[in-house]
Amino acid sequence: MWIDFLRRAFMQAIPLLFGSTGEIITEKSGNLNLGIPGVMYAGGIGGVIGAFLYEQNAASINPFLAILIPLLCSLALSLLMGLIYCFLTVTLNANQNVTGLVLTTFGVGIGNFFGGSLVKLVGSDVPSINLNATSNYFRATLPFADKLGWFGQLFLSYSFLAYLAIVIAIVMAVILKKTRVGLHLRAVGENPATADAAGIKVEKYKYLSTCAGSMIAGLGGLYYVMDYANGVWSNDGFGDRGWLAIALVIFAMWKPNFAIAGSILFGGLYIIHNYIPNLDVSGQELFKMVPYVVTILFLIFTSIGKSREAQPPASLGLSYFREER
Amino acid sequence: MAQNEQKVKEPLFHIAKRSSIVWWKAWLIRLAVILVALMISGLVSFLLTKENPLEIYSVIISGAFGTERRIWNLMQNLAMLLCISIAITPAFKMRFWNIGAEGQVLVGGLASALCMILFGDKLSNPLLILVMVITSILAGAIWALIPAIFRARWNTNETLFTLMMNYIAIQLVAFFTYKFSVPKGSGQVGIINRTTKAGWLPVLGNQEYLLNILIVLIVTIGMFVYLKFSKHGYEITVVGESQNTARYIGISVKKVIIRTMLISGALCGIAGLLLVAGTDHTISRDTVAGRGFTAIMVSWLAKFDPIFMILTAFLVAFLDKGAAEVSTQFGLNRSFSDIIMGIIIFFIIGSEFFIQYTVKFRRKEEA
Amino acid sequence: MDNAHKGGVPALQLQNISKRFGEVLANDHVSMSVDHGEIMSILGENGSGKTTLMNMIAGIYFPDSGKIFADGNEVVIRSPKDAFKYRIGMIHQHFKLVDVFTATENIILGLEDNGKYNVKQCEERVKEIAGQYGFEIDPSRKIYEMSVSEKQTVEIIKVLYRGADILILDEPTAVLTPQEIEKLFAVLRRMRDDGKAIIIITHKLNEVMSLSDRVTVLCKGKYVGTVKTSETDEAKLTEMMVGKKISLDIERTEPKNVVPRLNVKDLSLCSHEGTEILKGISFTANAGEILGIAGIAGSGQRELLESIAGLLKAEGRIDFMSPGSKKTESLIGKTPRQIRNLGVKFSFVPEDRIGMGLVGNMDIVDNVMLRSYNNGSSLFLNRKEPRSMTDRLISELEIATPSPKTLVRRLSGGNVQKVLVGREIAADPTVLMVAYPVRGLDINSSFAIYHLLNQQKKNGVAVIFVGEDLDVLLALSDRIMVISSGKVTGIVDARTSTKEQIGLLMTGNAHEKEDSSHGAK
Repeated sequence: MWIDFLRRAFMQAIPLLFGSTGEIITEKSGNLNLGIPGVMYAGGIGGVIGAFLYEQNAASINPFLAILIPLLCSLALSLLMGLIYCFLTVTLNANQNVTGLVLTTFGVGIGNFFGGSLVKLVGSDVPSINLNATSNYFRATLPFADKLGWFGQLFLSYSFLAYLAIVIAIVMAVILKKTRVGLHLRAVGENPATADAAGIKVEKYKYLSTCAGSMIAGLGGLYYVMDYANGVWSNDGFGDRGWLAIALVIFAMWKPNFAIAGSILFGGLYIIHNYIPNLDVSGQELFKMVPYVVTILFLIFTSIGKSREAQPPASLGLSYFREER
Repeated sequence: MAQNEQKVKEPLFHIAKRSSIVWWKAWLIRLAVILVALMISGLVSFLLTKENPLEIYSVIISGAFGTERRIWNLMQNLAMLLCISIAITPAFKMRFWNIGAEGQVLVGGLASALCMILFGDKLSNPLLILVMVITSILAGAIWALIPAIFRARWNTNETLFTLMMNYIAIQLVAFFTYKFSVPKGSGQVGIINRTTKAGWLPVLGNQEYLLNILIVLIVTIGMFVYLKFSKHGYEITVVGESQNTARYIGISVKKVIIRTMLISGALCGIAGLLLVAGTDHTISRDTVAGRGFTAIMVSWLAKFDPIFMILTAFLVAFLDKGAAEVSTQFGLNRSFSDIIMGIIIFFIIGSEFFIQYTVKFRRKEEA
Repeated sequence: MDNAHKGGVPALQLQNISKRFGEVLANDHVSMSVDHGEIMSILGENGSGKTTLMNMIAGIYFPDSGKIFADGNEVVIRSPKDAFKYRIGMIHQHFKLVDVFTATENIILGLEDNGKYNVKQCEERVKEIAGQYGFEIDPSRKIYEMSVSEKQTVEIIKVLYRGADILILDEPTAVLTPQEIEKLFAVLRRMRDDGKAIIIITHKLNEVMSLSDRVTVLCKGKYVGTVKTSETDEAKLTEMMVGKKISLDIERTEPKNVVPRLNVKDLSLCSHEGTEILKGISFTANAGEILGIAGIAGSGQRELLESIAGLLKAEGRIDFMSPGSKKTESLIGKTPRQIRNLGVKFSFVPEDRIGMGLVGNMDIVDNVMLRSYNNGSSLFLNRKEPRSMTDRLISELEIATPSPKTLVRRLSGGNVQKVLVGREIAADPTVLMVAYPVRGLDINSSFAIYHLLNQQKKNGVAVIFVGEDLDVLLALSDRIMVISSGKVTGIVDARTSTKEQIGLLMTGNAHEKEDSSHGAK
């Protein structure tokens, strides 16, 4: 039972980890992208569109292409979302909160729209989208995982995207902490005027990190639909995980490596209601608010304690216009 | 000086903040942008449906105004959206990013629904409605007060705080809908007091939405007057524009933040009441249906002016209804309207740049 | 200096540099040079164009005309990066540091070194530089844990790390304690001996004398001259710095019915960082008199006025002698609203006109009622009276505006100031405090403001006037209080004092003779 709980918590954690890693590197540049939930929907539907078109048009399914095409489609669509956000907030100095919220509406709309209308749009005669074939490749795990008992179950029984999430989080943590690019990016988010004076191209960093962040977050949507949901798209199925990912950013104190543990914790909290004995459905619903309550408490403690390490990047949410001093 | 003949490469143009723009020019820019956005939306619709774009526009219009019923529906949607937009406006004017309207409305609605369920057969109808009004206002106000206190006292980030409060409200509603679900275990409360209609807001002149619309109209005008002519409204403007000036003339910034959020939350509570007791007569986690977020765009697009907000709320409600009709007519998914709305609002957001900034070309000055 | 001239070519030379900002000619054909192994002071009052000149060397501004030579070659400096290319580095008055970064991270920020990014290695290099010149620094400490002086050290090392040979320091001592100043000077001398060219902007004469080899003096944007420190003294420098006395045609009436109105005693204030901003300030402001306050910018003038107005919590005594009754009210520790509720009519024209005194995005009427909006018990605003008052101000003060409903930020500087001063005067004050009321205004607007202050004086108001132009202070005030680094260095009679006297007091030479009616000459 414990192993099953941890395994499920981990599977819940993966989309959150993608989302929050993406949002962390976005926020590190000072962009508060509240469009991440929409970006994750877009990433998910991108994969669906790619897989669907491939399954429809390919005579036989090549495992390599079955993964590559949805992956690229997912990345492309999330990149597009990131570009929209950057163009409006960085180039045109639009308000970040409003832009982000519209991006969420837009992204969720795109997800649900294509999820619901894709079959009709391409004039296919299948009754509904079912991407079992490609999904199987996404869900492929190490062949010897189930021979290793609890160890294999707990650590080796996941698909490549799950491990990719952790790798990306670690790589991002290293980049932020140990490289010049990371240093410059953090400077842009903390104090764009200083970064500008030091010769760092503020706009470039904002674009790069926000677009990269969107693409990473989009992978969370891809993982959810192609792996977790077995390739079956259901409208609004992704739910509020995007917002949970944003909450996780606060909890991880803007550190991707902390987000790994945090996402597993949140993933556990997300499903813990299933594991509490004698809990009726209404009680389960109450339990589902725990991650949000924890985040709020964390937010309060860090602001009262004024802990410098747990604060958002100082220029978060503000647009930077050089001539405004 | 003549000797200064180095080849100086200065940028050809640069972006500068406009000091002012004539109001009609600003509106001309906005109008032009909306037209371009509509054309793009038409193009997108055409690509997706392969229908004549003109046909699509006419479906949008008939979807919004086609029948009397549709017009009333549009008015009702407009009213609810406007109500929430008005509610968050004082907070935004104060530069308090309250993105928790979704939750504040929802707890207001929840309070109404609980009163209807618990006291439906215990109190007389006028008394019940009075209790509902009080509890929904209180619920909304408290939901807004919590982040406000932390912001005023410890400068806790209100954007993230109010965002999280939304999901707590949603789970709270989910909890109660299971608790009181009809039939048991279905997770839905169904129409509350279907037979007795206890706690339903009265219907005026046979038009089920008329009361809602009138209340929202009063709230809108009230907010306009409050912001423009009251001392509180004046203080909100000063605090929003410059906390330093507020200090200089002796306004207590903390007090203004808390008071304004109480009002904002209370109005959200009223919106919840209107949604539950005046419209749906039920509650679910989707009762507010994202209006709390859409309202932010509506309020922001109107530059926080309640009267313009009628216009921007109308634009959004109209597009929503119209695009919904397009999706039914052409067998597309309901979310089509979200895409169209997204495109149009992206354009409007972008257009503000050209109103606030101007592109200046450098001219070589001879000394 | 023996190694002063490397082959006789100056490290940096400016020729006929001019720069204009709108109406103001900030630098008017300024020439100067600095050699390797030399400390050069740039001396001048506020607004004499020192910082502008240095910013052109550092690549912040671009000169309108003139030439810059580095090591004898003509160079064009368009950006801070260009400046570094010619080994020029500037330490600005306002530090450009990222608070949550360590010293080393700040120092290497923006450098695009090839090769691996290795903080340890960079820290070693920082330590090496620090050791070379005797800085005390912990390279892995975060900026937010540092004192002002440590932050300054980081800024200096940042410049050295980039290989600067010519260092420009903009008022580096303004924020330091005397002990820290001594340390800084020791470091600067060591750098000079190492062959670096150092330019230091200052207006403190004692520092000039103790530190520099040569001094270049600017006055109102113009180059006055360069002298060797060893061949001059403070009196001569003051004379160069303040320029010839210009007689201004400002009327000054004899004060009538002079009675004490505001008594400030031992007023002290500490900043958040714990540095003392005001150190035991005592003075009396009299009704029917203009008390000028002179001092170098940032000596505590702003904090003094804000403390009196109740915006900052200072310690000491502030007593108000009510004009009608003989009552004395203690104002210390009270908020602006509490002060007003006592019936004390303070008017205050702060240095930040838009941002403190006025709200740029509100129209004139709404700004005019900032002080009075809360009068009466009604929940609603009364715009009628403010509106008629606005109309009156517009016609009386000749405020140029399309309408009373025009946003204040659309008005020109002079008109903005007229709105602010007009509103504060219309409140019928008993004490009027004005900070730099004519900064950025043209001659006509300035005289309009002087006239208003004089009228208030005639009406029996106690006027406190913080100014920067000594000619104006001398012509307008009845008495002048001079403060330096948060301390009162003297209160003199404006009718008999000279610019030189005040200039000396401003630079921190407290003058002991209380009998101020006799000039020093």
